[in-house]
This record gives sequence, structure tokens and C-alpha cells, in this order.
Amino acid sequence: MLRDEDRIFTNIYGFEGADLKAAKARGDWQATADLIKKGSDWVIDEVKASGLRGRGGAGFPTGLKWSFMPKENDGRPHYLVVNADESEPGTCKDRDIMRHEPHKLLEGCLLAGFAMGAHACYIYVRGEFIREREALQRAVDEAYADGLLGKNAAGSGWDYDIYVHHGAGAYICGEETALIESLEGKKGMPRLKPPFPANMGLYGCPTTVNNVESIAVAPTICRRGGAWFAGLGREGNSGTKLFCISGHVNNPCNVEEEMGIPLKELIEKHAGGVRGGWDNLLAVIPGGSSVPLLPKEICDTVLMDFDSLKEVQSGLGTAAVIVMDKSTDIIKAIARISHFYKHESCGQCTPCREGTGWMWRVLERMAAGRAQPKEIDMLLQVTKQIEGHTICALGDAAAWPVQGLIRHFRPLIEERLAAGPMQEAAE
Amino acid sequence: MSDRIKVTVDGIDVEVEPGTTILQACEEAGAEIPRFCYHERLSVAGNCRMCLVEVERAPKPVASCAAPVAPDMVVFTQTDSVKAAREGVMEFLLINHPLDCPICDQGGECDLQDQALGYGGDASRFDGNKRAVEEKHMGPLVKTIMTRCIHCTRCVRFATEVAGVPEIGAIGRGEDMEITTYLEAALDSEMSGNVIDLCPVGALTSKPYAYTARPWELKKTETIDVMDAVGSSIRVDTRGREAMRIMPRNHDDVNEEWLSDKSRFVWDGLNTQRLDTPYVRRDGKLAASTWNDAFAVIAEKINGKADKLAAIAGDLVCAEGQFALKSLMDNLGSPHLDCRQDGAKLSGPRANYLFNTTIAGIEEADALLIIGANPRVEAPVLNSRIRKRFMMGQFPIAMIGAPADLTYDVSHIGAGTDTLADLLAGQHGFADVLKNAERPMILVGQAALTRDDGDAVLAAAIQLAENSGAISPTWNGFNVLHLAAARVAGLDLGLLPGEGGKDTAGILQAAKSGDVETVILYGADEIAGAALGEAFVVYIGSHGDRGAHRADVILPSAAYTEKQAIYVNTEGRPQMTERAAFPPGEAREDWKIFRALSDHLAVTLDFDTVEALRVKMFAVAPHLAQLDHIEPAGAPQAPEGGAMTSDAFGVAVEDFYFTNPIARASATMAACAKAKGERAPAKQGTGSHG
Repeated sequence: MLRDEDRIFTNIYGFEGADLKAAKARGDWQATADLIKKGSDWVIDEVKASGLRGRGGAGFPTGLKWSFMPKENDGRPHYLVVNADESEPGTCKDRDIMRHEPHKLLEGCLLAGFAMGAHACYIYVRGEFIREREALQRAVDEAYADGLLGKNAAGSGWDYDIYVHHGAGAYICGEETALIESLEGKKGMPRLKPPFPANMGLYGCPTTVNNVESIAVAPTICRRGGAWFAGLGREGNSGTKLFCISGHVNNPCNVEEEMGIPLKELIEKHAGGVRGGWDNLLAVIPGGSSVPLLPKEICDTVLMDFDSLKEVQSGLGTAAVIVMDKSTDIIKAIARISHFYKHESCGQCTPCREGTGWMWRVLERMAAGRAQPKEIDMLLQVTKQIEGHTICALGDAAAWPVQGLIRHFRPLIEERLAAGPMQEAAE
Repeated sequence: MSDRIKVTVDGIDVEVEPGTTILQACEEAGAEIPRFCYHERLSVAGNCRMCLVEVERAPKPVASCAAPVAPDMVVFTQTDSVKAAREGVMEFLLINHPLDCPICDQGGECDLQDQALGYGGDASRFDGNKRAVEEKHMGPLVKTIMTRCIHCTRCVRFATEVAGVPEIGAIGRGEDMEITTYLEAALDSEMSGNVIDLCPVGALTSKPYAYTARPWELKKTETIDVMDAVGSSIRVDTRGREAMRIMPRNHDDVNEEWLSDKSRFVWDGLNTQRLDTPYVRRDGKLAASTWNDAFAVIAEKINGKADKLAAIAGDLVCAEGQFALKSLMDNLGSPHLDCRQDGAKLSGPRANYLFNTTIAGIEEADALLIIGANPRVEAPVLNSRIRKRFMMGQFPIAMIGAPADLTYDVSHIGAGTDTLADLLAGQHGFADVLKNAERPMILVGQAALTRDDGDAVLAAAIQLAENSGAISPTWNGFNVLHLAAARVAGLDLGLLPGEGGKDTAGILQAAKSGDVETVILYGADEIAGAALGEAFVVYIGSHGDRGAHRADVILPSAAYTEKQAIYVNTEGRPQMTERAAFPPGEAREDWKIFRALSDHLAVTLDFDTVEALRVKMFAVAPHLAQLDHIEPAGAPQAPEGGAMTSDAFGVAVEDFYFTNPIARASATMAACAKAKGERAPAKQGTGSHG
């Protein structure tokens, strides 16, 4: 279990104030200029050494991502874009950072922006996050008033501006290139890659898009050293992570924990255990609605980090743990998730546009028992026709939950179909 | 070349330029890649996902239309995973496609139909209800059945990128995404019909062509368009004698694969208002007659009075006909001949009246001055080429004349000759832009040349071109934009006033005063009937339009789709039309009419076949024999011109849809003009009437 002194987000529950004074008392903005004076390579190297992997879901090494930005400035400005469009069902960590620890994020923006040669940063806040945006804007205003942002930010000699941008509430705008399109005032539709944002991003300029949590942990990493962060968790899955535990637990919560904590320990220690006891557990979606669910027998032993979850054909995603006990109609639950992806598909490319609706309709029928047993295989095939064939990862995100359902609960589906009206009619 | 990249496609090695896409490399290697959204003249969207291929070491299939090649890339297009991906995409496209091919006009020439044959399954596994989408109103030309749409966004990209009118877009999300014009109106573009060709399915089809024919029952004739002076390559589809539709053909140097709406939709004008028998006016009324009778009436008027005969050639007539007319007038000894019914002050060395830069050459220019022209309505396809160059960037464009929205950024620097004089004197900032440009272009329109001081304007424009360094051994930046498909051939063949002859204005004046008693109007319909005074008028043409209304004798001739004939476009490019259908009734090819008439006038022309005519014509203008080849015209020479008056330049084309007799006979063009009128904002009230 994570020791209190290794905790990064000491005010994630908002017990203390989110204002600048309180934040400074917690150590934020402490000698930021000294960190910057060590140079951009030093910042990137520390983040690389920390082994920090992107906290937005894909788990790409953050330091490596920063190093993709062009070293030589060709005249185009560089941009840092912070993805605060937190919309993955089950995920609620970034909103608490923005509400209770906004200065960690802002200081991180300055450090990350400096490291990649950016003088401007856009924070793209999810449309539904009204209070979060207000809290963040308050913090930005405080920071400007205190000289921490703007010309010669925090006395570092580096000019830096942060703009808080309000989205309109589309899930797809959390995809980095769709976010960039939306930020440019266009319809939020993912771009083709290549070119990658590090070459041609916002307004055609080198851009890095990072998750809120990835940026917010950067100052602490720089202060305490990459080695400290890398010493937590397992190799390749280092550091601490905010877990969002929701669903059928006694005490749903956000909690910062060490990477690689056993799922069972996470739920029992922090969320008060599964409703009705561990044996009442049916399944867990370990990383936000887009990753395949895990049945209880895997949940008994699995560790919560990128590689462990990948081994069991799921993923850490955003580390949003959705717990479902035995009262759950798991087919209906996945059908609901499927409806979400159908509703949020941008409609640009064929497999996702047409396939998400198809999957949802079949699942709805399956939940009601109105399907042929052969449709299970057909549904699985449809998910495979979507997976990997789309422009962005929303197609994968829509396909995986369905694959997880069929992988682990096929007998249940078969049972329901056998009892359903179509079988009675066939007999 | 050493910087070429080696790529292996299905075991075949090809070398391609860096930056080539995988799809292009595959085509180079002979591997066919199915696609819907990809179009080589539009930006890459990569959204249909039909072109997925497998690339060695790539974790998942790659959209070949969007991905550039990398050195030593190994691509597979026939593996099981590629086949599965294609079949998957095809299945997805079909689940919400209505499959109403039997009642779809696209049937038989539908990309979806064709590719479903190759990559589709045999039966649908989707048993839900299909999506239905409301129709969108897109004006009189484009019919929509949006339920068929597969969201490839080709139409959106065309409208935004090529036509320059960002009026088509997608609204809604996911499976509710719909392509629409937002305001449910016709596109404000002269190029809108191209979305019909671009649509890979039957979502956007031709409204005038709807339900009239199936592609496999049409005879397809490859020919040349004459609606403007661009000379676009077209294909005329006929059933029997009737033209059913017109489609563009690809010609990289002329129209690429686009076509203006007038050229595409004018075909119903070919089937209406046709002159199909000779007419003679008796007792003030035109009555159907016979060829011999009509010739006899003409002979009576002309024989012995050839000095009182004049002829004017029109806008849509062919080189052969004009040469025959010129030969006839020469034989009769009448010098009163003109091919410039609009009175443009154009003659002299070829370079003075050609679009010397060439249409493809526009892409190499680096500055442009437009003088008295509105290319958007005068030559829409050429305008798109200017826009294409504009989209590449670093292309300052200025314009003198009536302000107009040309679909690209133009700085309107003046209204008339004063600004031109300023430029010539180097007193205007744009003079430096032209001078500093390496390959500047000056484009002069007919609105600047049909004035009384047209000579002086032409001289000034040529002088400006010389001053700006637009004329050099390697670059000719002086350009005249013609409106009439007939004009360059007419000028090349010397259909100009002979020794002591009168030009169009002179002929009209003489007709009023009685000095000229007989006027032959060869397809010249832009002359008001009253201007011809009491003269005896012989009209030779295909349509009952202004000329025929004024005529005393009408001799029916073939339209451009009904003869094999040479036309020379504004660049000086001779091209040959082909006969798609026979002329109606008694109508005959133009040269035959002049040949027959010459017998009756006792000045028999010495050719009996069109080939014999061409031999003589090529002797006069050898470059006409080299079809699709532009004979460089050298440097223009400023004519002796008086002084420019200080009037503003006018407008050469008042209504794009009504510029010639065929267009005026077309109900479709009338519908377009009406739709445009409805689209124009209502005049603002002054508020002075309460």
C-alpha cells in the first residue's frame, strides 16, 4: 500500500483549499524556476527516468512523447495541449485534480511546456465540467496574478500562457486529434496519422497532447526525482496512479495507489469491498468502459497495471474500476456500454459508424433473449471487423467490451437465448 | 534516380517517388486497391476504410490511400487479413444501404455495386431495419437520395476544395451523420454537377437525367464541348438521335476531369428548338421550304450584288464551316466578313489573342492580374484551375473590372482603364508584384476588348506584360480569355474584314443605311434583330433563336454533337468533335451548306468532301492539323491603338446559363437561372416607403 509520504495528490479529496496559498503550503510552485533552469533536457530525462506512462488510457511513455517534439524551432510555435475532456464512463480522476489540485496541473503545464519549447498551452475541458472549469480558471487567474504564468513565468525567464478551453461535450473530442480539430473550431473528428501531432498538430504546428494526470504528476517527479517515481510499482509500470472505483462497492472513491496493487486489495482496502462480500462479485471492468471486463476468477489475483491487465486480455485504460456484483445483468450492462459508443461515434469512418449500431442492436436483443445462438459468433466477428480497421481507437473501444463479454460470459448468453422467445418459436 | 524508394507489393518490387502513398505504389505494381473515398484530385479523407492493406511489421491494417511509403516497405494486398478487412468494410457499407439498385440511376455505373460484386458477401447477416435519411434539396441539377449515401465526403471535399463554395457538409454524428447543404439550396457554383460524377453511389444523381436511360443502352461518343472557349473533353451519351446526357472526360491539360454545369446539362437544348428544315419568309411569315427553293431565293438576292453582301460568324461554329464561309466570300469577292460578333478588337499575330500561358501553365504562374474578366462565369473550369493554383499558396491575384466573387482571394484594385494606366506607369503597388514575380500572368477578358478603345486596352495589357517580364523565351504570361468556342479558329482562318471590308459594327451600320443588302448570319445569334435594319438576312444555324427570328431564309445546320469538326480553344489547341447523332430532319453539316450554296451562286467551292476541305484549310492554317497540340505563338505585339477612355470595364457574361442559342433552348438552364435568382438576396429596402 502506498505510503502517505509518497502520495502526490495530497488534496485529491478537497479537504484543504484548492487556492494558491493552500497549494503552495502543500509544496506546489516551490522553486519551479530552479527546475526550469536545469534545462529542458533535464526535465525530459527525469520524466523518462520515472517511467511515467500516459495516464489517459493508452499508456504511452510520457517522456518519450515529449522528446518527439522537434528540437530545432523552424519558426512555427510549439503547443502543449492538455486533454481534460475526461469522458470515459467510470473515470472521474481528472475532474478532482481540476477541482482540488489545479495548481499541480498548472505547474505541470509550465514544466512540460518548457520541456517541449512551447510558450502556450491549451487545456481542453470537457463540456459538462462547468464547476471544474471555473475552478481551473480561478487557479489560472491566481497564477497569473502571482506572476507564475505570463511573461517570465514563475521567475524562470520562460514566457508561458495557459488558456482554458471549454468543449461541447463530445466523447470523441477526448481523442487527441479530434481534440485538436475541435480546438481549431472544427467538428470533432479524428485526423489521419501520420502526420502525427508532434509534427503537424494544432494549427499545423508541433503539438503534444497529454492527459491531465500525466501533466499534474510531472512537477512532483521533477522535484523528487525520476528514480523515486520509478521505485514505486513494477518495472515498466512504475509510479502512483489515481484509481476511480465505482459500481457495486460499499464506498466508491478516487484513490491514489501504487501501480501494480492487486485488484482485490484495491477494492477491499479503499472501496470498502464489494457489496455483499467478495464472493458476490460477478465481474470488474478494470480500466474504464472501453476495456474488456474480467470475471471474478481473474479479479481474485490480477494486479492493477498496464502489463498485468494486458496479459489477461484487458487493459488498465484510465484505471476506472467498475465493479459489478451478481445482481448485474451483464449482457444488458454491455449493451448499455455499446449504446454509448454508438451514440458517441463521430461517423467519419465506415466500420465504427455502421458497426457500433449493429453491435448495440444485436446486444439489446440478446439481453432480451431474442437472438439466434449463431448470432453470438456473428457478433464476435463484427467486433473483429471493427477492431483495428478504424481511423481512431473509438472503434477498438466499442469492440473490446463486447469481445470481453463473449469471451467470459458466453454460456450465460447461450443460456438466455435458449430460454428466449426465438428458441421457443423454433421448437 | 537515386532518391526513389523501393517498395515491394505482393512480391513485386517497384520504385516510387518519396511521398507516394501506398495505394499509388500498389497501382504502380499492378495491384488493384478498392476504394470509395479516395479521389486523386481531392484531399485524402481515409474514411471509407476500403483500401486497407497489410504492411509488414505494422500492428494493424493500414489505410493505403493515406499512408506514405517508407523505404523497403513490404505490402500485401491479397492476404486473408486484407480480404477479411475489405469484406468487413463492404458488409458495413451495405447494412444501411437500401440496395435499391433496380430503381437507382447509378445502377450499372456504381462503384458500390461493382465493388460489392468483388468483395461483398452473398447474403446479408444484418437483420435490423435499415437507416432512412430524408432527401436534401440541392437545386435543379443534383437529385439526392441520401439513404444511399455511404459518407465518403467526396462531395464535401469537392465543394470546399475545387469549387470553392464550402456549402456541403456533414451534420449529425455516428450513424446519424448526414451530408447536406445546410440550407437546402442549390450550390452557388457553376461546377456543381461534378458531385454527381464524384458520388460513388446513387446518393447524388443527375436530376434532368433521372429515370431516362440506363448506361448500358447508351451510345457513348467522345467529343469536345463548345459551351465556352475552354474546349473541355466530354462524352455525349445518345439513344437513337437523342442526346441523353453529357459527361466529362479526363484531359489533364484542359478540364482535368471537371465540367461546368452549362456544358454538362445543356443537352436538352440539343433536342429542342431545332431547325430541321429550310425556311423562307413569305409575306412576312417564315414558311417551311426545300433546300433548292431556299438556295434559289438567296441566289436571287446575291447574284450580281456580291459587293452588297456581308457575313458574320457566330460563337459555336466550327473551323470547317468558317473556312467554307470564308472561301465562299472570297470567291464572291466580298470583303465584308467578321467572326467577332461581339466586336472584340482582336486580330493580328496569334499571340495577341491566345491564352498563351495555357491552362495547365496556370499552375506554374506566381502572380496573376485579371483585366475585365470574370473567369468564374466565363470559363468555370479554367477558374477552378486558378483556384487550384491559389490553394497551393503564394499566388497574389488582382483584378481590374466589375467586382465579382471568383471563389478565391482577389484584391480588386480598380474598375477600369485608369487603374490599368497606373499599373503601366508603375504607380500602383501591384505593378511591383508583377515585376517581382518570376512567372506573372496577365489575363484579359472580352469585357475589356469589346469596347471602342479595345485596341488601346489590348496594347496597354501587352505593354504591361512586357514591362512585367511576363514575356520571355521560357514564359509567356499574356493571356486572352475567349468566351466563344468558335473564335480562335475564326481568327486563325482570317475571318476578318478584307481589303476595304467592314467589321461587325460597320456591317450593321451599312445594313441600316442600305449599303449592305444581304447579311449571312452563320450561327451569329448575339446580334439584335433591329440592328440589321432592312437587310435580307440568311441565317445558317441549328437553333431557332435570335438569328432565326430575324431571318428571311433559314438554312438548318448541325449542332456541335452532330458533326466531326475542329474547334480551337482559347489556348489555341485544335480539337476534333465526333458525331454523336445525326442532325435532325433536313439539317446538314455546315460546310455542305456553303458548298451547295456556292453552286447556286455560280462560285463553286473546289472541295467535295470534308477531307478535301481540310487539306485546303490546313494549307492556310497548318497548326490546325495538329490535334491537341498547341503551336506556341511567340510574343504578342502591341497593336497601334488610340488612347484609352476612362470608362469602367463592363460585364461580358450577364447570365451564365443563357450565353448561346443551345443554352437558351435548354429548360434545365432556365431552371438553373431561376434557382440562382431565388438564391440571390432580396434587394434591401431603402426604408423610405414606410
